[in-house]
Amino acid sequence: MNAALRDRLVGYAFVGPFLLVYAAVMVVPLIMGLVISLHRADLFGRREWVGLANYSEALGDPVLHQALGNTAMLALLIVPPLTGLALLLALALNRPGRFAAVLRGVFFSSLVLSVTIVTLIWRFILTPDAGLIAEGLAATGRAPIPFLSDPDLVIPAIAVTTLWWSLGFPVMLILAGLQQVPGDIYEAAALDVANRWTVLRRITLPAIRRTLLLVVMLQTAAQLQLFGQAQLLTGGGPGGASRTIVLYIFEVSFGRWELGYATAIAELLFGMILALTLVQYWLVTRHEEPRA
Amino acid sequence: MRLPLPGLDLIDVCKSYGDVPVLERVSLSVAPREFIAFLGPSGSGKSTLLRIIAGLETADSGEVWLDGERIDPLAPGARGIAMVFQHYALYPHMTVRENMAFGLVNAKVPKDEITRRIAQAADILEIGAQLDKKPGQMSGGQRQRVAIGRAIVKQPRLFLLDEPLSNLDAALRGRTRVELAQLRQRVDAALIMVTHDQAEAMTLADRIVILDNCCIQQVGTPAEVYARPANAFVARFVGSPPMAMLPGVIAGAEGGRVQVRLAEGMMLATAVPAGGLVAGTEIEVGLRPEHVRLAAPGTSGAAAEVELVERLGDRTFIYARLAGGAEIIALEPGFGTVRPGDAAALVIDGEAAHIFTAGGAAHHPEPRG
Repeated sequence: MNAALRDRLVGYAFVGPFLLVYAAVMVVPLIMGLVISLHRADLFGRREWVGLANYSEALGDPVLHQALGNTAMLALLIVPPLTGLALLLALALNRPGRFAAVLRGVFFSSLVLSVTIVTLIWRFILTPDAGLIAEGLAATGRAPIPFLSDPDLVIPAIAVTTLWWSLGFPVMLILAGLQQVPGDIYEAAALDVANRWTVLRRITLPAIRRTLLLVVMLQTAAQLQLFGQAQLLTGGGPGGASRTIVLYIFEVSFGRWELGYATAIAELLFGMILALTLVQYWLVTRHEEPRA
Repeated sequence: MRLPLPGLDLIDVCKSYGDVPVLERVSLSVAPREFIAFLGPSGSGKSTLLRIIAGLETADSGEVWLDGERIDPLAPGARGIAMVFQHYALYPHMTVRENMAFGLVNAKVPKDEITRRIAQAADILEIGAQLDKKPGQMSGGQRQRVAIGRAIVKQPRLFLLDEPLSNLDAALRGRTRVELAQLRQRVDAALIMVTHDQAEAMTLADRIVILDNCCIQQVGTPAEVYARPANAFVARFVGSPPMAMLPGVIAGAEGGRVQVRLAEGMMLATAVPAGGLVAGTEIEVGLRPEHVRLAAPGTSGAAAEVELVERLGDRTFIYARLAGGAEIIALEPGFGTVRPGDAAALVIDGEAAHIFTAGGAAHHPEPRG
């Protein structure tokens, strides 16, 4: 056996275990899901071929359309502010010193909480019945606001909860990006009479644009799959005003036992996230030259 | 009260990082249009001194004056100084043109003036064809030129160059050295270059500032620091291969000149004036390779064993050990036939020897008359 072949085999041996698990839990279910979505299926294994009927049903399903609107609105209310806030925090925390280190830990800490704890905390804050905000309003003589039962307020309420929960990870990613920027560029900028705004706009932001793109892509993909907060805070109510796509998939598959239809919606969501991510990537990188 | 003089003046600049001193009471005057090299081993504080002048570091105490204006309280961009960074520090997402224009736009230089200056700099540096490229698409040598171009267009009063040649390969380094020499003819500003490479310093600089151990060890022309090193450190640091240091004792004086007895027992008649050197003092004798040569066949000399032979084609350095154990380096013209392990007889030109006392102070030979 020659050395090149042995090197290749050793390489495959190293990535092999990962590829096997990846195929077993990602690729196979994806393909199985595609197949199931073409059937009328239930959780007991009954399969009846229906072709694209599930997909045509989805196109005309008003509940799905409402869930799609809710999910899109949540993503719009979460991803841009989350990215902006994370950038501001990362810029503020990107400095040596114990204080900044402690704050970095604080902002990251909410991320380790499970969605159950997060929604519990925010239920205490949001509930009109002696919740934190309601108490504050009462102290100034105002009526409590029913955040979780007002159809117009429930989406923003879930968005704020998610912002609080999700802030830590983008902050860490952007901090890591900021620390990759060579320090001498900033020194050159200081000699080039650049003020702080110019440095941010012309040096820092271009230097971390790939990190920002990563944050936006990851968060878009994550928020389009928002589930736990909606399920636990409102159960999708009132009147479906906070039902997200994944929550609807959950209801269809485990409530109505229509596995084939649920899978079809899941495949549509997958295609949508993939397309959006690719468009974002293309928008940001189309002007970049190949790296030397 | 000092008079506002043109040029750069450093007065008692001190800097330490925590308990570690980096610069101690450094004072220096640089004339307008002078080319100065800061030369020293790593950790000697030479880069820190450059960064203090640029305003990238703040001195703990001391003053920096440029053309009669005290600049150490000013922001880096307000000092009239341009710097070429060791790793160039070009803005990676900007084109060459944008890189050069950035500082001028920030300083609100009129647009047509910026265009004119960039065209001129690109012409000088022959990078006109690359103006719309980004740094990532260029070679190291081209990036170096862009970094220099970015400094030129500012029309600074002082250029700072931090190890400008250290990132270039040997061939490019030689060419860039010539270009730097041409650059100083073209610009109406003083230049300060930090380097640890003495060949760079010797060939480019009007004066060399040798730093070690937080202090300036000597300021002088290349000829001065080579021929009359202020102390043993400078003597060892300047010159390649370095000056050999032989332990010895002052034996006495003859005709007002010091006689030295080397550890080998051999007597050396030097041209160093005897004043201040007392017989019996232990000293070191400094000898440049060009003042030691192989004895002609059949003539006598100091016995030594050859340890290493460095053949450079036109000349050969012979690293040898004297009978008493001291290392000495001899220079022979041509390729030579001597080999490591050979026994050699060396002729030492005592009249060229320097004497260094225990504190490192130097005593130089009187010029030959």
